[in-house]
Amino acid sequence: MVKVVKPLGDDKLPLTKPMVGVAGKTGLWRNMKPVVNVDKCTRCYQCEIYCPVNTIIVEPETGAVINYDYCKGCGLCADVCPSGAIVMVPELGE
Amino acid sequence: MSGVETRKLPLPHDARGRVLPGDAACPGCPIPIALKVVSAVFGEKAILVIPACCTSVILGTYPGQAIKASVVHVPFASAAAVASGVSQALRSRGIKDAYVIAWAGDGGTADIGMAALSGAAERNEDIIYIMYDNEAYMNTGIQRSSSTPKGAWTTTTPTGKIENKKDVARILIAHGVPYVATSSIGYPHDLYSKLQRAKNIEGFRFIHVHAPCPPGWRFEPQYTVRVAKLAVETGLWILYEYHNGKLTLSGPSRPYIDPAKRKPVEEYIKLQGRFRAVTEDLINEIKKYVDENWHWIKKMSQ
Repeated sequence: MVKVVKPLGDDKLPLTKPMVGVAGKTGLWRNMKPVVNVDKCTRCYQCEIYCPVNTIIVEPETGAVINYDYCKGCGLCADVCPSGAIVMVPELGE
Repeated sequence: MSGVETRKLPLPHDARGRVLPGDAACPGCPIPIALKVVSAVFGEKAILVIPACCTSVILGTYPGQAIKASVVHVPFASAAAVASGVSQALRSRGIKDAYVIAWAGDGGTADIGMAALSGAAERNEDIIYIMYDNEAYMNTGIQRSSSTPKGAWTTTTPTGKIENKKDVARILIAHGVPYVATSSIGYPHDLYSKLQRAKNIEGFRFIHVHAPCPPGWRFEPQYTVRVAKLAVETGLWILYEYHNGKLTLSGPSRPYIDPAKRKPVEEYIKLQGRFRAVTEDLINEIKKYVDENWHWIKKMSQ
């Protein structure tokens, strides 16, 4: 980040700091849950690029891994996945 | 899966951990996708100047913010003016490795912020102005803006808007600024390359990003990217860049200069609840509008 002059000291200026979960655990908003089939995942990174909440990380070893604490369950990852490796299932079962 | 290539692609690797999870955006919101691309290009060297818009809500309130970059929250009309001031202040302090980015919605650009924007463009201030266009005042509850397209429902145009969309990119081209581009969240790599180019140009740079809004446009949240891509594939939204007095069509839009290759406009319209009241006549008018836009592009790119 760009260095700012702090005449009062770091703790006295009411500056915001980068923080995970400014709106709380947004995973609680979800009623449909994306589930990854790692065998079908081709590691194309589409879901990670498009995920609006940045909860998906794709690694060559693990495939797409979703952070369910913050996933809002929009289903965008399942829609952009070209190999059909992500499916949406109801959060509380059938 | 063994033998998978482990190339470090700039997208998404450069964007990792910059826009943080748990922001206050609606499910399926296009704004964090675009912010992710911006942070992949500029990283923590970006100074975002954000007027009242969805993003000021999304990034959250004190003591936290959902992005690793400097953010200045400013009043609605003043995004370009404050960005000019920040840019001049950095210059007089001799700070060169920071990028001032005004990040405003369509209301803060095309309506309320127009005077400050035009002034900053005329003075050729050294800033990057990004307008993410969700085609109405979504944050306050879907009111019509001058960027709302013809026929679209909003709470203040209950039978559909009568007028056409204001083309802000063309207004900025008329200002004679060094760089103007249009992009879409459906094509993050296109936006990435345009931001990379803008990064190395000095002066006023303007990028118009098309951003479909699920609650405001009345479609299911999973279709955000599909709608954004359809807007380009039907020819309604044209991706181009204007640099050094020359207009060039961008890759994703290049095939659609041929009207036969464009998808029918109906496909785009049927996916969205805001166009439910659109009649056959209006669809023909929209088609005519698309053709006129392409005619202008052809004339300019010759």
